[in-house]
Amino acid sequence: MSGASRHPGAAEPRRPTGAPAVLTADVERLFREEYGRSVAVLVRAFGDIDIAEEAVQEAFVTALDRWPSAGLPPAPAGWIITTARNRAIDRLRREASRADRQARAALAQSLDAGSEPAEEGPVHDDRLRLIFTCCHPALSTGAQVALTLRLLGGLSTAELAHAFLVPEPTMAQRLVRAKGKIRDARIPYRVPADADLPDRVRSVLAVVYLIFNEGHTASSGDRLVREDLCAEAIRLGRLLADLMPDEPEVRGLLALMLLSESRRTARTGPDGALLPLAEQDRSRWDHELIAEGQALVRQCLRRDRPGPYQIQAAINAVHSDAPTAAATDWGQILRLYDQLLVQAPTLVVALNRAVAVAEVEGPDAALALVEQLALDRYHVFHAVRADLLRRLGRAAEAATAYDAAVARTQNAAEQEFLRRRRRALPAD
Amino acid sequence: MKHYLLSVITPTGGEMPAPEVLEGIMRNVEVFHEELREAGAWVFAGGLNAPSTATVVQAKDGDTLLTDGPYAEGKEYLGGLCIIKAPDLDAALDWGRKAARAITLPIEVRPFEGEVEG
Repeated sequence: MSGASRHPGAAEPRRPTGAPAVLTADVERLFREEYGRSVAVLVRAFGDIDIAEEAVQEAFVTALDRWPSAGLPPAPAGWIITTARNRAIDRLRREASRADRQARAALAQSLDAGSEPAEEGPVHDDRLRLIFTCCHPALSTGAQVALTLRLLGGLSTAELAHAFLVPEPTMAQRLVRAKGKIRDARIPYRVPADADLPDRVRSVLAVVYLIFNEGHTASSGDRLVREDLCAEAIRLGRLLADLMPDEPEVRGLLALMLLSESRRTARTGPDGALLPLAEQDRSRWDHELIAEGQALVRQCLRRDRPGPYQIQAAINAVHSDAPTAAATDWGQILRLYDQLLVQAPTLVVALNRAVAVAEVEGPDAALALVEQLALDRYHVFHAVRADLLRRLGRAAEAATAYDAAVARTQNAAEQEFLRRRRRALPAD
Repeated sequence: MKHYLLSVITPTGGEMPAPEVLEGIMRNVEVFHEELREAGAWVFAGGLNAPSTATVVQAKDGDTLLTDGPYAEGKEYLGGLCIIKAPDLDAALDWGRKAARAITLPIEVRPFEGEVEG
């Protein structure tokens, strides 16, 4: 591994294994919880992501080596950071003596940082800095997502490749390129100034929601890894809500994810088929997650600074409130969609609003709205249209629309659901 | 501090703006350059003549070969450039935004290797 920090991408998060049962679990848990924090602290100390990652991984390997005989240190998280910092300094000293300019710069930065008074406040700030760096708008969305999961969540390249259905070398290349751009173009490691904050928070939230949806949609691939993505997105959402308590949209996104996660097990039937909201067994919803999500929505309402995530969370909260599908307060949902359409006037929002219109004013009114939307490439557009046509008794047109929907999604579960609906149409 | 190259991405075969429009652009660019100088971020800037005025020189077998015209024809060409000094990419992108608004063409912001004295 010598000099591996000069070869970006060489450092891989390795979840330690092989220790006695209780300790493996301890280290695993610590790894999940503290990997991001440790990397974030070390990035600030050394100004280099590869040096930070490698040192933190070495510290975890050392922990696994030492703790079985020596026992857990009193403050394991602090131990990891101190050990990582010492490892990095040792290595940089060796490399600096060989006139490695990058090593010297990193060493100098760490000495500067060490002599500074602790003006930074809680180490929390470092993770927030790291998130803003990972989600910098100069990086592609794919790179933002991969970096965030890697650096804040400790996911390995193999896990990332698996989760996003790309070959491992492709994912490795994506990470190397992104880290190289951060270093060479000098993407700053800081929380943006107030003037830029709203825009930058939006791009961070978009990344977290993308991670969540990627896990939620389960388009294919290993289901377990996909569920990990949802858990990871929610963990990031909690972290952000903790670090930015004054941003109502952060809270709104967390509420939205919790409420949608609460329905995960109910979303599939015993045969693995996808179940729409109206057909779900509501006793299978996770009522703890619902309570937490609804509490967050109420906090947002009291703040009264609505934004798209908060409104979507509120719509989900209304669904969660209904003991049966028939008891859903569609009037309130429609009012929330009206508000959402003002905040986020997109075709997809207009399509979702039309679904609520169908419940309040009937499928006729909804179909008239849907027909105006230029969303031909979006499978949900055709699925909604098909359902409205079915309800209007226009079975032949509905069948054609179901076919169009099936042709536009890769998701096997969704395809199966749509085919089932099409088969259930009455013969003309 | 770092140096960043701001490249003006000009579409090949695009129409020249009307004289009065061009005049406005030139004025805005001058204001932009003045702002760079005042901020101490100025290194160099200039517009380039058309690619048809270029000559390519290549070393070959101890000799040099000249070719008329640009090295490669593309859908875009480098219409002008500006080199700035900035502490990080955020600062460089702020200059890039100002340049894009003044010039009304896409601006590519690219870091030079290494560091420069503050």
